Amino acid sequence: MKPTIRALLAGTAMVLAGGTASAETLRLLTWGGYAPEDVIAAFEEEYPDIDVEVTLSNNEEMVAKLRATGGTGFDLAQPSHDRVYAAQVEYNIYKPLDLSKIDTDKMTPNLLDGVKANTTIEGEVYSVPHQWGTSGIMANMKEAPDATGWADLCDEKYAGRTSMRLRRTILLGTAFGMGMDPFALYSDPEGYQDMLDQVTEKLIACKSVIKTYWSGGDDLSALMLSGEVVLSETWDSTAFKLYGENPDIVFVPPETGALAWIDTFTIPRGGEADDAAYKWINFVLRPEITQMMSASTGAIAAVPDGIDLLPEDKKAAVSAAFDQSDIDNLKFFANIPPGIEDMEGLALERIKAAN
Amino acid sequence: MSRDAGRLSLILLFTPFALWIALLIILPQLGIGYVSIREKVGINQYEYGFKNYVDFITEPVYRNTLLRTAWMSILVTALALIIGFPIAWYIAKIARERSRAALFLMCLIPLWVSDLVRAYGWIVLLRETGVISMTLVKWGIISQPIEMLYNDMTVIIGLVYTVILFMIVPLVSTLQGMDDALLEAGYNLGGSRVTVFRRIIVPYAMPGIVAGCIITFMLTAGSYLTPILLGGKNSSWFTEQIYNQFITRYNWESGSAFGVSLLVFTSFVVWAGLRLTGQSLATTVAKE
Repeated sequence: MKPTIRALLAGTAMVLAGGTASAETLRLLTWGGYAPEDVIAAFEEEYPDIDVEVTLSNNEEMVAKLRATGGTGFDLAQPSHDRVYAAQVEYNIYKPLDLSKIDTDKMTPNLLDGVKANTTIEGEVYSVPHQWGTSGIMANMKEAPDATGWADLCDEKYAGRTSMRLRRTILLGTAFGMGMDPFALYSDPEGYQDMLDQVTEKLIACKSVIKTYWSGGDDLSALMLSGEVVLSETWDSTAFKLYGENPDIVFVPPETGALAWIDTFTIPRGGEADDAAYKWINFVLRPEITQMMSASTGAIAAVPDGIDLLPEDKKAAVSAAFDQSDIDNLKFFANIPPGIEDMEGLALERIKAAN
Repeated sequence: MSRDAGRLSLILLFTPFALWIALLIILPQLGIGYVSIREKVGINQYEYGFKNYVDFITEPVYRNTLLRTAWMSILVTALALIIGFPIAWYIAKIARERSRAALFLMCLIPLWVSDLVRAYGWIVLLRETGVISMTLVKWGIISQPIEMLYNDMTVIIGLVYTVILFMIVPLVSTLQGMDDALLEAGYNLGGSRVTVFRRIIVPYAMPGIVAGCIITFMLTAGSYLTPILLGGKNSSWFTEQIYNQFITRYNWESGSAFGVSLLVFTSFVVWAGLRLTGQSLATTVAKE
C-alpha cells in the first residue's frame, strides 16, 4: 500500500514539474480589444508551449499597476508612446528592448522612428509601435452637420447634446481649439499652468452645454447610438465602430488637427517571458493577424499598408473621415514631462467640481 | 490540562481574527499613513512633512467634495432608515412566520447581483431613451423624453437601493427580540401610537438603528461605482478624487493623505452622530 502511494505522489510531482517547465505564460497588460480571442488562438496554435493571459487596462492604470509591483506581474505592456518616458524616468518600471529580436523592418518607418525618439533613455530604446489612431470629435451628421472643431463641443446650439471624456485629451484639444499649442508649452510649467487656467475656465463655462462626461467606449457608444448625444469627443476607433451601425455617425478630425496616439509594445522590468513577448510582437504585426487585430480594435496597425489592412467597413469609415490633408495635419502627442499630469489632474478636478 | 486546552483553542480561534485585523487593516493603514506624510520634492526625492494635508485643506475643491460626500451620505443613511424601518417592522412583527423567510429573501436578492449590474439596471431605466422615459412618452403623459440620469437625485436613489439591506437586517434582528407584551402594556397604560413608537419601539430598536446607520453611512461614503456611473457632470464623489490622485495624477502621497482624511472625517461624523443623539456604542451596538 505504502509504496503505491509514494509512487503515485512521485508521479504527480513529476507531472506537475514537467507541466510547469514546458508551458510558458505570456501575461499581457493591454487595452480592451487588443488581444482578441481569434488572435490568441492562432498564436497558441503556432506556439503550443505558450499560454496567453490578458489583463485589460488603460494608460493610467498600466502605470499604476506596474508602479505598485515595481514592474513585475506582466510580461508585455502596451502604453501609449507619450506615457513611457516619464513613467520610466520616475518609477523605473520597464526594461530596454532587444531590437534585434523584433522585425522592425515590417513597421512603418516614421512611426517607428517617432516612437524610438520618444522612448529612448540613455541610449536604450524602450518601445516600438503597435497600432495608432487619433482623438477628435464624432458627429451625427443628421443633427450636427457643420461641426468642425473642438470648440463646437461647447456651442450653445447643441446644448444638452454633447459629451466629452474628462481626461487630459480634452484639455489639450480645447487648448488647440483656443489657438494655443500645449505641446510647445510642455517645457514651460508656468506657461502651461496659465494655459490650463484658460482651458479650465472655458470648460467650466461649457458644462451647461454638455449632457454628461462619458467614461468608456461602451458608455459613449450608447449615448451616440441612442441619439441622446449628437456631438462628442471620441477616439476615432470608437467612431469607426459606430459608423458600421449608423453611417450618419462619422469621425471629424478637428480643423486644428486630430490628436494622434501610438500604442506601443513595452516590456515591464520584471517581465519573465521576454522571448514569448518578442514572439507575440512579431506575430501580431503579420499582415493576416494585423487584419484580425484591426477588426477588433478599430485602430490602424503600424505597418506600411496599415489602412489597407482594415476590414472593409472600417476602411470606409476612415475614408469618410480623413483625407490626405487631415493626415498631414495630425498632431502626435508629445512626450509628457514629469509633473505635467499632476497639474492637469488638478485642472480636471476643478472642472468636475464646478457648478 | 483542560485549562491549557482551553487556552490553546482560544489562541487558535483568535489567530485568524488577529491576523486579519493586523495584516489587512492595521498594516495597510499604517502604510497609507506613512506614504501620506511623504512630500515629493523632485523625481524620486522625498521629504517628510504635512504638506499633503495642508494642500488638502487649502484647496476648496477637495474640502467641498469631502463635505458634499459626507452630506449626501448622511442623507442616504436617513432615507435608508426612514424607508427601511417600516419594512423591518413588517418583516419582524406583522408578517407570519412562514412568509417572513420569503420576505427576507426578497430583500437579499438584489445583493446577489453585482454593484455594477445594479447600476446599469438603473441606467437602462432612467436614461433619456430609457424604459421609464419612453413609456411615459408612449402613454402621452409627457411629450418629450426626459433625462432622469446624471444628477444627484439619481445617485441618492441608487445608493439607497444599494445599502438599504444593511439597514434592514440589523433592524429586523433587534425588533424580532422585542416582546409584544411591551407594546400592549404601553397601550394599556394609555399611550397613543406616537408615544408607544417614541418611548418603547425606538428605544428598544436603538442598537439596530445605530448599527444600521453606521454601516450604511460608512458604505455610502466609501462607495465608488454607483456615484461614478449614475452621477453626472456635477456630481463629484470623494472616492473618485482618491482614485484620481492615485491613478490619473500618479500622486500616491496626496492620495494617501486623502484616504486618511476620509477615514478620520467619517469616523468623526459617526462619533458626532452618536453624541448628538445621546447614544454610545456601549449602550447600543455592544449592549449585553
